[in-house]
Amino acid sequence: MNPILEVEHLSISFTQYQTGMRQRELQVVHDLSLTIEAGSIVAVVGSSGSGKSLLAHGILGILPYNAHMAGMIRYQGKPLDPQLAGHLRGTEIVLVPQGVAYLDPLMKIGAQIRKGKKDKTALTRCRNVLNRYGLGPETENLYPFELSGGMARRVLISTAAVESPKLIVADEPTPGLDAAAAKRILTHFRELADDGAGVLLITHDLELALSVADRVTVIYAGETIENAAVTDFNNGKIYHPYTKALWNALPQNGFVPISGTQPYPGEIVSGCLFAPRCPDRTKDCQEKNIPYSPVGAGYVRCLNAKKGGIV
Amino acid sequence: MKHRLQFAGKKLIRMALLLLGVSLAAFLLVNASPLDPLQTNVGQAALGSMSQEQIENLKAYWGTDTPPVQRYLSWLGGILQGDMGTSLLYRQPVAQVIGQRLASSFWLMAFAWVLSGILGLLLGMAAGMNRGKWPDKLIRGYCLTISSTPVFWLALLLLIIFSVWLGIFPIGLSVPIGMESGSITFADRIQHAVLPALTLSITGVANIALHTREKMIDILDSDYILFARARGESNRSILWRHCLRNVALPAITLQFASISEIIGGSVLVEQVFSYPGLGQAAVTAGLGSDLPLLLGITVVTAAMVFGGNLAADLLYGAVDPKIRKGASRK
Amino acid sequence: MNHHWNNRRSAVFLVCITGLLLAAVTAAGIILSGQAMETDFTQKNLTPSLSHLFGTDWMGRDMLSRTLTGLSMSIRIGALTAAVSSILALILGTAAATLGRKVDAVISWCIDLCMGIPHILLVMLISLACGKGFLGVVAGVSLSHWPSLARVIRSEVLQLRQAPYIQAAEKLGVSRLNIAKRHILIHLLPQFLTGLILQFPHAVLHEASITFLGFGLSPEQPAIGVILSESMRYLTTGKWWLALFPGLALVLVVILFAITGEHLRRLLNPANVHQ
Repeated sequence: MNPILEVEHLSISFTQYQTGMRQRELQVVHDLSLTIEAGSIVAVVGSSGSGKSLLAHGILGILPYNAHMAGMIRYQGKPLDPQLAGHLRGTEIVLVPQGVAYLDPLMKIGAQIRKGKKDKTALTRCRNVLNRYGLGPETENLYPFELSGGMARRVLISTAAVESPKLIVADEPTPGLDAAAAKRILTHFRELADDGAGVLLITHDLELALSVADRVTVIYAGETIENAAVTDFNNGKIYHPYTKALWNALPQNGFVPISGTQPYPGEIVSGCLFAPRCPDRTKDCQEKNIPYSPVGAGYVRCLNAKKGGIV
Repeated sequence: MKHRLQFAGKKLIRMALLLLGVSLAAFLLVNASPLDPLQTNVGQAALGSMSQEQIENLKAYWGTDTPPVQRYLSWLGGILQGDMGTSLLYRQPVAQVIGQRLASSFWLMAFAWVLSGILGLLLGMAAGMNRGKWPDKLIRGYCLTISSTPVFWLALLLLIIFSVWLGIFPIGLSVPIGMESGSITFADRIQHAVLPALTLSITGVANIALHTREKMIDILDSDYILFARARGESNRSILWRHCLRNVALPAITLQFASISEIIGGSVLVEQVFSYPGLGQAAVTAGLGSDLPLLLGITVVTAAMVFGGNLAADLLYGAVDPKIRKGASRK
Repeated sequence: MNHHWNNRRSAVFLVCITGLLLAAVTAAGIILSGQAMETDFTQKNLTPSLSHLFGTDWMGRDMLSRTLTGLSMSIRIGALTAAVSSILALILGTAAATLGRKVDAVISWCIDLCMGIPHILLVMLISLACGKGFLGVVAGVSLSHWPSLARVIRSEVLQLRQAPYIQAAEKLGVSRLNIAKRHILIHLLPQFLTGLILQFPHAVLHEASITFLGFGLSPEQPAIGVILSESMRYLTTGKWWLALFPGLALVLVVILFAITGEHLRRLLNPANVHQ
């Protein structure tokens, strides 16, 4: 298999100015690693504040000016530096954002999908892509505020599909939709993946992620803590206590809530970031640096998973 | 469409009522003045040497012998028939005086209004784009300074620099006041209008630039600009296709609502440059207790202000798709 | 937190400096008022020098004393008119929001009316009605500046009245007066104070303008507007200092106040705590 995107030890921090000339670095993303192969969907699951949207912005190279990114991102084997990202975003690498607020409120849908181009190919491509998602040509003349929730989502996917994307970054593409509508939107991502694109699906909803993705990567407080195939979840082959907790919190698995909260960015925690909430923590957990290491067919960032040798 | 017409109709009725209020308020204020028009215009000494009959005639001319209610009602009656009365100082119909003065003020104000609008928009956008950096600080500093500067003093400074020192533009009063409007050449007019127009433009920029800056910052922080960047749109395209579109509407509205300020500015600027416009006539009428002219100018300028506000409201409805389409669907 | 404190400290510092400076100018103006009227025909039309920093005019009067006296007058009138118009705005804004629909309609109509007449024209008319002079300026400026602040206060009070805790207090039978005192006025205070301070620069500028046009302080008084209006006659003969320094001094005072007002506004606006 050829990976379309590889992210290794990505970290993102922000420079914040305090009084006068004093400044501090606020690290929000600590250590993210993941790989996406062409034709597959990788879901990144994490609660809000875990840094998953920043991952999307980092890949696209659209972080704010006071952000600093370290680590490595490779696109088709080449380092995805700002120059390459600038060249590819919007054409080969596309973003599907959360909602209608991401569309210019004063511009008609058609013009937005075509990015202002008015030539014949652009017009036909726009019409075709709308048609593909069940939207009539009259949609082109609507303004964003006239779209219903489901329509808005399909328009946003259209903005991605109108290009010929090789990598699609979908940042929470389904909030506010009921389960059936959300599933329908997700099947569109499956189609795009089947056409050969790699899809990075960012969501807080594990259940939704499991219903469409091939692999799931779980993020906690700016770190990837587990990577597993969807089938591993059903077979009990998940090892990190947070992943297990997420799994057990699903309605069909007993609805068990997780107590505590994840640490805020800038809060100083040594060792495992999840340790304060972990039922199985040991002394080592709070002191040692925990590596993200292969376990079975995936990766886990947990001392106990390795020690226990559960494979 | 029907909805919009109803909206405009309601606004027009409200505007007419407000104008009526304005005329009444202006009349009451001038009428309440303890300043005796005879003393101001004829002079204590001259009055003393006049016969009783002459004084009675003067009183009748200046209207001081008529009860206020009757004066106002007859003025109002005249207005309804299209007669604004006769200016006591200029000895011409008020409508004619206002017409002439407005014609010469109009170009001044229109030029300053358009120039300050465009310049303010561009400066505000530039400041918003460079938030916190030196262009932003420079533009904000300029706006703060200008809005703290009396318009007439700025006019005096420009007069000192361009007319006295550099001698590029004439010092006011060089168009003879009595000259027939036909004998003044177009070049003359332009030459006399440049400095006043420049002064008004310089001051008009501050307000709109600051508002546009705030709006620009909001827009640049918005999700749709982030998405436009994610879609690989160039900075230029983002600026002209998205920012300008979203920032222009509030800016234009604000500019229409700022007509009151530009008229106020023109009063002061015309006084400094001795520019024979409406503002100067207002000052002359006020100082000389020329009630009909003062009333006429107040009502006409108030109508311009209300007209500007109405235009802003209607424009918003016509341009903003949310209002336009929202209204038509109801 | 730290940042907030520093912002606050710098604002307090600025308010103190502004206050001190204004007090100093006011005092200097009062002390120098005699000197400002003193004519000395041997010292006519002097360009600025060490003995006369701002030069002298055609009657040999020291322009520095005249400027300071004028500024002192402007500051006192500015403070008085800003206070009167702000209190007027507070009363009318609150009345419009609390005394029922009819009162609201009348007051809102008056606000629209006042804002419809170009500001300088309105000040002119009111000043005329009061017979010009000191009374005319004070009445003109204070009676024409309340509408925009009144509008802000009106909408603020309307919003506050919808707040759950005020509705709860009403249901609990707390008297209207008590609600107004204990809940509404406290919340209006920051709005009111910044409004008051931001009125000041406008008031000073309008006082100068209206005096300049001849509707304000009488020509015998060394007000900035009078000084600048007189200077116009001598500008063509190159007496630039007659206009430059008095105007510049006025601009500096106004800027100082505008900056202070802006700092206070930012400080009192809770939404800006993190900036």
